[in-house]
Amino acid sequence: MTPPVIEFAGVGKRYPGPPQVTALRPADLVIRRGEYAAVVGPSGSGKSTFLNVAGLLDRPSEGVYRLDGIDTAGLDERDRTALRGRRIGFVFQSFHLLPHRSALENVMLSMLYTGVPRGRRRAKAAATLDLVGLAQRAHAPAGRLSGGERQRVAFARALVNRPSLLLCDEPTGNLDTATAGTVLELIAELHADGFTVVVVTHDPGVAAGAQRAVVIRDGTLTEAEPRAPAAGVAQVGEGG
Amino acid sequence: MTRDRRRTRVVRPTRLSVRDAADEAVAAVLARPARAALTVLGTLVGVAAFVAVLGLTATTSGQISKRFTALAATEVMVEDAPADPALADPGFPPDTEVRLTRLNGVEAAGVHWEASAGTDGAEAEVSARPPSVRREPGEPLTVVAASPGYLEAIHATVGSGRLYDTFHQKEGQRVAVLGKAAAQRLGITRLDHQPAIFIGDTALTVVGIVEDVRRRPETLLSVLVPSSTAALLWGEPGGAEGRPAKVLIETRLGAAQLIGGQAAVAIRPDRPERLKVTAPPDPRQLRDQVTTDLGGLFLALAGICLVIGAVGIANTTLVAVLERTAEIGLRRSLGARGRHIAAQFLSESAALGFLGGLAGTCAGVGTVVAVAVARDWTPVLEPLTVLPAPLVGALTGLLAGLYPAWRASRIEPVEALRR
Repeated sequence: MTPPVIEFAGVGKRYPGPPQVTALRPADLVIRRGEYAAVVGPSGSGKSTFLNVAGLLDRPSEGVYRLDGIDTAGLDERDRTALRGRRIGFVFQSFHLLPHRSALENVMLSMLYTGVPRGRRRAKAAATLDLVGLAQRAHAPAGRLSGGERQRVAFARALVNRPSLLLCDEPTGNLDTATAGTVLELIAELHADGFTVVVVTHDPGVAAGAQRAVVIRDGTLTEAEPRAPAAGVAQVGEGG
Repeated sequence: MTRDRRRTRVVRPTRLSVRDAADEAVAAVLARPARAALTVLGTLVGVAAFVAVLGLTATTSGQISKRFTALAATEVMVEDAPADPALADPGFPPDTEVRLTRLNGVEAAGVHWEASAGTDGAEAEVSARPPSVRREPGEPLTVVAASPGYLEAIHATVGSGRLYDTFHQKEGQRVAVLGKAAAQRLGITRLDHQPAIFIGDTALTVVGIVEDVRRRPETLLSVLVPSSTAALLWGEPGGAEGRPAKVLIETRLGAAQLIGGQAAVAIRPDRPERLKVTAPPDPRQLRDQVTTDLGGLFLALAGICLVIGAVGIANTTLVAVLERTAEIGLRRSLGARGRHIAAQFLSESAALGFLGGLAGTCAGVGTVVAVAVARDWTPVLEPLTVLPAPLVGALTGLLAGLYPAWRASRIEPVEALRR
């Protein structure tokens, strides 16, 4: 059994309001290293809240969240930021690339804050672009890339620091069906390469590609029926 | 305690090196070159005005001091001011000129006083005719007893004839030199028949007519007589009638202050306190005064331009923060802390200010050189004002970026990524 990457113990999120809104009901969830999980639910179900809490962009109101075995509750903002920058790779629906910079420079941006020596950044970024099949477009400005290419650059940027967790927010949301298919193939390849992938999506089709699906509805996380023999044990349930 | 916290840190903190921040700033400025160019205009004008004003005032005051030093600043006056006016002994020894010209920096020096040739202190009556044959009174003209050195010191140039010299002085010759206006009033226009003038009953041969002087223009309306001759005819200067002798010294450029300090001792080493020395004001002080007077106003204008420039940069940076909220969110997700975001926007505004400052410095230097060339002046640019000028721009940008950077650092990543 591989060690857990995401470990929720009664993690919930309430917004004080008024009116008070419970965006994520207290739940337990474990996602282990090497897993490919999808968190699927309609809009307004609490997907974004889950993503923000899991991605250390927001603090839970209750419960204990361990990332890579580190209890994040006791960390100050500086440590949370460091943990986020070094252990989590984000892929966003709207790519969030800097349009005036080349694909390579966009990938290099990921190493700006993590202390990778300047001399090594270019080579690492080029190698990662090669990994996502975009080596030939490395010097094209991001603003001139197609949607699929942009998302590949975003994947390369998320991967270049070899994060423990790849957190994808609607990664195919802005892509046509054919391009979405190639992006899903890329995710599957990354999973096969050993990356831990969590995809947050409203699209059951995207979730279908995942090894494991967690349904979120009205802020409640529920484990869907397993479709494949689990690589690790995952438990989802109502927490206290 | 800090050490304990450091020891317990679970993850190595993220960082942003100065070089990376600078690179990011340059990349951000280059990403929108047109906007950057428009943004820096205010700073450009401000710094250009700053450099041009300082350069032009330095250039102008250089010109002023050049002209000033050429005449007034090379003139030192020494007066005989005895504590007891009735003192009989003459204030200036006969070899005063020799004593002074020995000093390094003295070009010429001469003793002079108004000779008491008239009766009861009135101006002497001077005529071209002997008293025995004339019917009308003579012209009331000033008779100046002056040593040959004095004529040299006032830069007297002769229209006709010649100036008297050390021979005339030594021998007490009865000669006179007329100022141009005095000669006209006496009706003397030619010297070829060696005309004489009569001061009272005394006849003096006119040896020359002074056409022009560069100092003491009143000389042109005077009769100049060798001081030794005047002393023989009308007595030594000073005394009860109170026409004290003076010494006019012409110095080399820049030596006036020095000679002012040495003259009294050189002339009367026994009683230097008897002599009152008047040296011109230090030209450096005058120049500084001019610089302060002119510069103050224009520097205030330059300051206003810089403030306008700063407001421009602040405005653009604030707009950029709002526009680039998503980018801020992205950077936060990549490990940037609030202070890294602040540093990035501060670097950008400082870079904009620096660029404006650099372009403004070039424009300011160009203005000073262009004006100097047009006026045929020597451009004067102090390195101390020109070299830090781009940094003034950078500082303006830095100050302008403080508020936008603070705003940017306070944006929560969750909020930013929603954009």
